[in-house]
Amino acid sequence: MTMIKETYPVKAGDMTAAGDVSARIKRQMKQLGIPASVVRRVSVGTYEAEINLVIHSEGGRIDFSISPEKITIRVVDQGPGIPDLKKAMTEGWSTATNEVRNMGFGAGMGLPNMKRNADEFTIESTVGVGTDITMSFNI
Amino acid sequence: MTICEIAGILDAKWLCCEEEADRTVLYAFASDMMSDVLAHVGEDTMLLTGLINSQSVRTAEMLDVPCLVFVRGKLPHKDAVQRAEQIGLPVLLTSCSMFEACGRLYAAGMTACSLSGYEGEADDDDD
Ligand SMILES: Nc1ncnc2c1ncn2[C@@H]1O[C@H](COP(=O)(O)OP(=O)(O)OP(=O)(O)O)[C@@H](O)[C@H]1O
Ligand SMILES: [Mg+2]
Repeated sequence: MTMIKETYPVKAGDMTAAGDVSARIKRQMKQLGIPASVVRRVSVGTYEAEINLVIHSEGGRIDFSISPEKITIRVVDQGPGIPDLKKAMTEGWSTATNEVRNMGFGAGMGLPNMKRNADEFTIESTVGVGTDITMSFNI
Repeated sequence: MTICEIAGILDAKWLCCEEEADRTVLYAFASDMMSDVLAHVGEDTMLLTGLINSQSVRTAEMLDVPCLVFVRGKLPHKDAVQRAEQIGLPVLLTSCSMFEACGRLYAAGMTACSLSGYEGEADDDDD
């Protein structure tokens, strides 16, 4: 049984709007009375994913769903895809530009941090097609 | 330590939400890299930063940071303060450098936040 299922688009390159979707999802979780520690983990994971969509992808979407047992965040983009997932999942590995670093991101921490915060984490990526990440969080 | 005390220690100016002055802060973390903040900051942890764009406020919002301090007297972007006001996040501005701000807080008894989730990995690196 799913209580909520929503989809939010995320635009590539728009750093000023980066975080809008995560903030919205966070607000919804709080309104639903989800425990603060869960809200926090979901918020961090979603925000990392949203920033990645903005700085690394050609645009994509975030799906947010809640069932009585868990919260699921799925993040799908339209490319460019990640050539070496093992490298991408390594802490400190980043292809971010200096411009992105000047905005406080690009330390190569995001993907490992998503994995650590989620109870389940899967990532699939195909160069030329895109990246598909699912994080689930037990309530 | 209350935010009011923190403001005094740092000779800081309130940029918004002064009504939250009595809120208590247990730990502190300082960085200009939001990636590191997101990876390390635990609960009840204030953030000191020199990053003045709106992502510092966004990051604080995601982590339920109780108080955000901008160091080196760098006035944050207007939209950052507006956002903080909207979400009720107290923001301070100090002319102290990052080093001095952290030193003053540490000397006054503020505790560093433990690097959540990193203890095991740090051990591996040392081997
Ligand atoms: N959606 C994506 N599309 C294409 N490449 C991606 C995507 N997400 C991540 N990557 C690649 O994987 C690398 C590691 O991502 P990760 O989020 O861990 O670090 P980062 O975004 O570079 O820095 P940080 O997350 O610390 O700000 C990125 O530098 C980028 O090369
Ligand atoms: Mg990232």
